[in-house]
Amino acid sequence: VSYEVLGLSALWFFLFAYLIIASIDFGAGFFAYYAKQTKKDHILNRLIARYLSPVWEITNVFFIFFYYGLAGFFPDAGYYYGSAMLIPGSIILVLIGIRGSFYAFENYGSRSSLLYTFLYGASGLLIPAAISTGLTISEGGFLREEGGSIHLRYTELLTNPFSWAVVFLAIVSVLYISANFLTYYANKAGDEPARKILRSYALFWSAPQIIASLTAFIAISRQNPEHYNNMLDLWWMFGLSVLFFLGAVYFIYKERNYGLSFICVMLQFFFALLGYGIGHMPYILYDQIQVTADATLPAMGTALLFAFGGGLLMLIPSLILVMRMFLFDAEYVKGKK
Amino acid sequence: MFAYDSVILARMLTSMTLVFHIIFATIGVGVPLLISAAEYVGIRKRDPSYILLARRWTRGFVIIVAVGVVTGTAIGLQLFLLWPTFMQIAGHVISLPLFMETFAFFFEAIFLGAYIYTWDRFKGRYTHWYLSLPVIIGGGLSAVFITSVNAFMNTPQGFTLEGRTITSVEPLTAILNPATPSKVFHVLTSSYMTCGAILAALTAFFILKYGNNKYYKKALKLTMIVTLVFSIFTAIAGDTSAKFLATYQPEKLAAAEWHFETEKGADLILFGKLTEDNEIKGAIHLPKLLSFLSFGDFNSEVIGLDRVDADLIPPLWIHYMFDLMVTLGAYSIMISMLFLVFMFWKKRDQYNKWLLRAIVVNAPFAMLALEFGWIYAEVGRQPWIMRGYLRVAEGAVSSPYVHYAFAMFLVLYVLLGTFVTLILVRLYKKNPIKKEWEQRFPDTLFGGDQR
Repeated sequence: VSYEVLGLSALWFFLFAYLIIASIDFGAGFFAYYAKQTKKDHILNRLIARYLSPVWEITNVFFIFFYYGLAGFFPDAGYYYGSAMLIPGSIILVLIGIRGSFYAFENYGSRSSLLYTFLYGASGLLIPAAISTGLTISEGGFLREEGGSIHLRYTELLTNPFSWAVVFLAIVSVLYISANFLTYYANKAGDEPARKILRSYALFWSAPQIIASLTAFIAISRQNPEHYNNMLDLWWMFGLSVLFFLGAVYFIYKERNYGLSFICVMLQFFFALLGYGIGHMPYILYDQIQVTADATLPAMGTALLFAFGGGLLMLIPSLILVMRMFLFDAEYVKGKK
Repeated sequence: MFAYDSVILARMLTSMTLVFHIIFATIGVGVPLLISAAEYVGIRKRDPSYILLARRWTRGFVIIVAVGVVTGTAIGLQLFLLWPTFMQIAGHVISLPLFMETFAFFFEAIFLGAYIYTWDRFKGRYTHWYLSLPVIIGGGLSAVFITSVNAFMNTPQGFTLEGRTITSVEPLTAILNPATPSKVFHVLTSSYMTCGAILAALTAFFILKYGNNKYYKKALKLTMIVTLVFSIFTAIAGDTSAKFLATYQPEKLAAAEWHFETEKGADLILFGKLTEDNEIKGAIHLPKLLSFLSFGDFNSEVIGLDRVDADLIPPLWIHYMFDLMVTLGAYSIMISMLFLVFMFWKKRDQYNKWLLRAIVVNAPFAMLALEFGWIYAEVGRQPWIMRGYLRVAEGAVSSPYVHYAFAMFLVLYVLLGTFVTLILVRLYKKNPIKKEWEQRFPDTLFGGDQR
């Protein structure tokens, strides 16, 4: 296996991990705000804070891994995206800045204000929308080369139905993934009222989620027929994705197997993102950056993979330790510790 | 034309982010050491004062770390957004240490979460304290790796460049470049020193405001010892850095010292002012000391700016940054030494108002010294972004929109700076130590005596 493929797999893995972990986090922020608005915060927010407090810093790390991985394995892609994403990227950072700090202010500064919760909830929906611009750009047609540098065609981006389909998909998926996870978590905590509300959220967001997925799928056919055709060849992956979606909805609807239901959600996104990613090959950025042409140098590729392996050897036991302390420790989850 | 304006704006935005980030990053690296030390002493001596101290520091620390995380994410992505050409070339080399830095931070973040949420949860006396060790190690390692990236930009090595393409890389040679050891040493020691100074200043401030008691006395003693030890180490690290510069980056040292002509037995110049025709006025000349500082030999030859190409000379105002850094560092050594001398030499009161006030101002001084030191180090390698290989102007983004990004971040940092200050003040005001002590240890007198 070549370094490019390994590098791509690593990048894909970071993207997937970020998609799941950040969605839980971003959606939880929105639900915390929504619960406050609808006066249900006394039921939900303790549960949400209890899950998020020890892990919120971890979320950002996967995002950082992704862009540093891009720099290491595909420096040219880093160049193109870096130049193009100046404004969307800055918006993402400002939103992450607002979100992270206000979360800490609210939770550790021992003051609960509606403004903080609003900023926290709203930024949680805008961040995925802004990040999804990166995916939109990768389909090609949004960049313009001029005088040896790269510029983003903003009008093109903002008036294109495809880019809005992606934004819609990003936001809806966040809410869907998050509601599913929190239902599972509430169930584990034995928190009946919270579980009920969250279950209704999960069911509510499942329909828009699948509609948005299909819309985005169809929108790609107009934006980038080549990618669309590649994806059609991988139809069975998307089929599996839909099956897992149905499984998740089924369990939630039947009010049982919440853990299995969340695993279904993860597999649903796993296959959808995998099919999307493989269909994207061999381009990282359509028409401009191909995987084979811009790969890293062998010595660096090896070093990065070693660092990656070593890092995981250190992280996985630590993550398991933390999960056992907070996520899977029944006493903690129930609020007794 | 665009490119030129955007270069200046990109530099300004990067500087602004870093100047802001340094405050939080330094605290993120240094404070865990003090928290851990306090908890350890508390467990050893079975003295709840120290443990309460660790808890109270942790509470404020978390809020600061939060801002450090988001500004750190910002500078990481800004490398791409503002310096795409630099990243395209150097990305081949620096992605490894960047990656490792993220792993180290991840490690720190995981255990910080665990540390904060497991007070009183374990049976073993030391179990909770052990969780603080990975936090210290993770914070320290992330400083090591990120500093090695900066060191690489100062003394790049471990790659072959053909035109604009890097054709071969030796990752470890690049990380272990000549600048790495002295920089890492200086960054770590100055972080611990600054955090000692900040926590000492907080304590001194409370003593001045609320009156002294046993709890504050213990806190001040602990923090002043840390400050003194690491101030001294920082000075040693500074000396190491000067020796490194004299050999590998003589133009930076020469610009900082207004050392125009290469000569043996060069003078060290303190303070003073440079006129428009490069004449030095009102400075203190310390004969032959620059030679000594550079090579440990009073008569060694120090390269002056006459040996540097005119368009490669760094701005000469970095002299002021250098002076301020050194002076403020010396102040920290002096004040902490004075406190400890008074403590052992019973004739003087180490809690006298003037000394306490001097300790209070040492915190902003130490932080300023850190900022000045970084400005000196960074501006001192102008015009290079990768010394000897790539100039700043060639590495920057060319976009007509950089000023929008600049404005966005300016607003963000002003907001965050204001809020974080307000929140921290409120946090400690709302929850004064006496109240917390009485809630937590109702049967014990405030300060740790058994009733």
